[in-house]
Amino acid sequence: MNIVVCIKQVPGTTKVKIDPQTNTLVREGIENIVNPFDTYALEEGVRIKERCGGEVTTISMGPPQAEEMLREAIAVGADQAILLSDTAFAGADTLATSYTLARAIEKLGQPDLIICGRQTLDGDTGQVGPEMAEMLGLPFVAYVSKIEDIDRGYMRLQRMIEEGHEVIEVPLPAVLTVVKEINTPRLPSLRGLARSKSAVIPIWTAQELGVDKNMVGLSGSATRVINIFFPQRVHRGEILQGELESRVESLIDKLREAKII
Amino acid sequence: MEYFLTEQQKTIKRLARRIAEERILPVRAELDEKEEFPWVVMKDLADSDMFRVFIPEDYGGLGGGCLELCLVVEELSRVCSGVAVSYAASALGTFPLLEYGTEEQKRKYLPDIASGKRLAAFALTEATAGSDASAIKTAAERAPGGYMLNGTKQFITNGGEAEIYTVIALTAKERGARGASAFLVEKGTPGFSFGRKEKKMGIRASSTRELIFRDCLVPEENIIGREGVGFIMTMRLLDRSRPGVGAQAVGLAQGALEAAVDYARTRVQFGHPIISIQAVQHMLANMATEVEAARLLVYAAAKTIDSGAKNFTEEAAMAKVFASDTAMRVTTDAVQIFGGVGYMRDYPVEKMMRDAKITQIYEGSNQVLRDAIAFELRKRKARRE
Repeated sequence: MNIVVCIKQVPGTTKVKIDPQTNTLVREGIENIVNPFDTYALEEGVRIKERCGGEVTTISMGPPQAEEMLREAIAVGADQAILLSDTAFAGADTLATSYTLARAIEKLGQPDLIICGRQTLDGDTGQVGPEMAEMLGLPFVAYVSKIEDIDRGYMRLQRMIEEGHEVIEVPLPAVLTVVKEINTPRLPSLRGLARSKSAVIPIWTAQELGVDKNMVGLSGSATRVINIFFPQRVHRGEILQGELESRVESLIDKLREAKII
Repeated sequence: MEYFLTEQQKTIKRLARRIAEERILPVRAELDEKEEFPWVVMKDLADSDMFRVFIPEDYGGLGGGCLELCLVVEELSRVCSGVAVSYAASALGTFPLLEYGTEEQKRKYLPDIASGKRLAAFALTEATAGSDASAIKTAAERAPGGYMLNGTKQFITNGGEAEIYTVIALTAKERGARGASAFLVEKGTPGFSFGRKEKKMGIRASSTRELIFRDCLVPEENIIGREGVGFIMTMRLLDRSRPGVGAQAVGLAQGALEAAVDYARTRVQFGHPIISIQAVQHMLANMATEVEAARLLVYAAAKTIDSGAKNFTEEAAMAKVFASDTAMRVTTDAVQIFGGVGYMRDYPVEKMMRDAKITQIYEGSNQVLRDAIAFELRKRKARRE
């Protein structure tokens, strides 16, 4: 099984700055972490590889600093990592991101399985997985919580829905997004760290991917963020004043008024 | 402080700390309370290659020495000494094999120890033989196909949990210490069973148990080295492992110091955090200074051993004595700084204080080791060095 895991670097802090020109996150100069949901995707990819053989390739679209995160991926079991990085990719919405990732996956040759986290911590859209599946013309299952079986080109898995779990059989190749219930990601190993230190991580630019520049980055984005703001906090609670007895009485009145008692 | 560690050593230390904080910290109170062997953590340590650290590369290890082992033990002990000693005991049980084992024995056992698939243990102590290790009674009599072991070992760390035991037994009773030999005994060997599991003051996550040998036939090829060298082998092995106990003590003291500083910064009395009180400041300053001194002595002893020095009894003993006395003092002072809550099990320092005591006792009591240090001093003077 050749597996591609898509991972992303996200701000490791809530103190993020917004570029006033583009209304997108300023990603330079802040502490970054690997998107937590992606760590489950990577762990599952490595576990499938350990069970069925094959290779795990991690890819990420991002600024050059994302290389460090890709090295961490190698330390926990990925065989190779590729960084998609080009100023032309900057400011991409989910559509342009999915397009870029899909082209990279095609360039790698058709893998048997593509795994992503359910969503990222910064954008929170959960759209890149399904969009990529659509562009690659592959079946897609979201919110996978367990892989039950892999056999002869099919995969049986559990998908988390609000009321419980669906059991789905999907032909491979396919695209999955996974939830955190699927596994507990491992810590790096010393041998993995040694491997990651010496690993060569190729950087693929727009030219190397052979993509249409109008389809990537800000110019390839179908959406524009026109404003980012923090919602105003509304305090709806009420603090009752006065003596204990009068407070109890007025609380009972209010509960009656609201027809709670 | 700059410790002049190599990149590899820094990586080992960092990863050990991460395992300790992410995987041990959330369960340490429960492990202590339930006296439960930390198999889950052992698996994490194995997956992260921590058992490979002290094994040569030819046998699936990473080829580290005493210092690398100390770095791991220190970081694990900073969070839980019970877990740290379970890890370290596997190294202790492996040392005789590393130094005196045949190529065949190494090929058979070391790869599984390196991968963490099997734990090792070392068995010397008996009811009548503690500090006086030469008073052991467990006998290994020649029998067809090997040696027949009879006797009971006491207080064996990793007892019951380990699969590979290095056992010291007498092949020639009449020769006393010169009649001792070392044997590899696998769990499951007929005639080998486990006795009582001790209920301990500290390091409660670790397993301390009796090993019982009743007509236990150990195959001839399982002797380590040759007959009669068991005792001298043990003395050398303990010299090599003592900085590890020192590292355990340094980790404990470091953990207690950090907890005390955190608490002193947040605990408000008389309108100020207690860290603004000079009496508390001086206690913390002394603790920090002593921990640093202990660490440097442990690292220096470990480096001396790794440099290939022939005799390092004195250095190893000094590191163990100083670091364990430091751990006892520092953890006691940490409880003092916490005051009443420090005495309660809701806070981690009472556990650290309980855990610290054993470091002054095992692998050579600090009194016996002071004897050893003094003996080296006298020897040098006699030789006019």
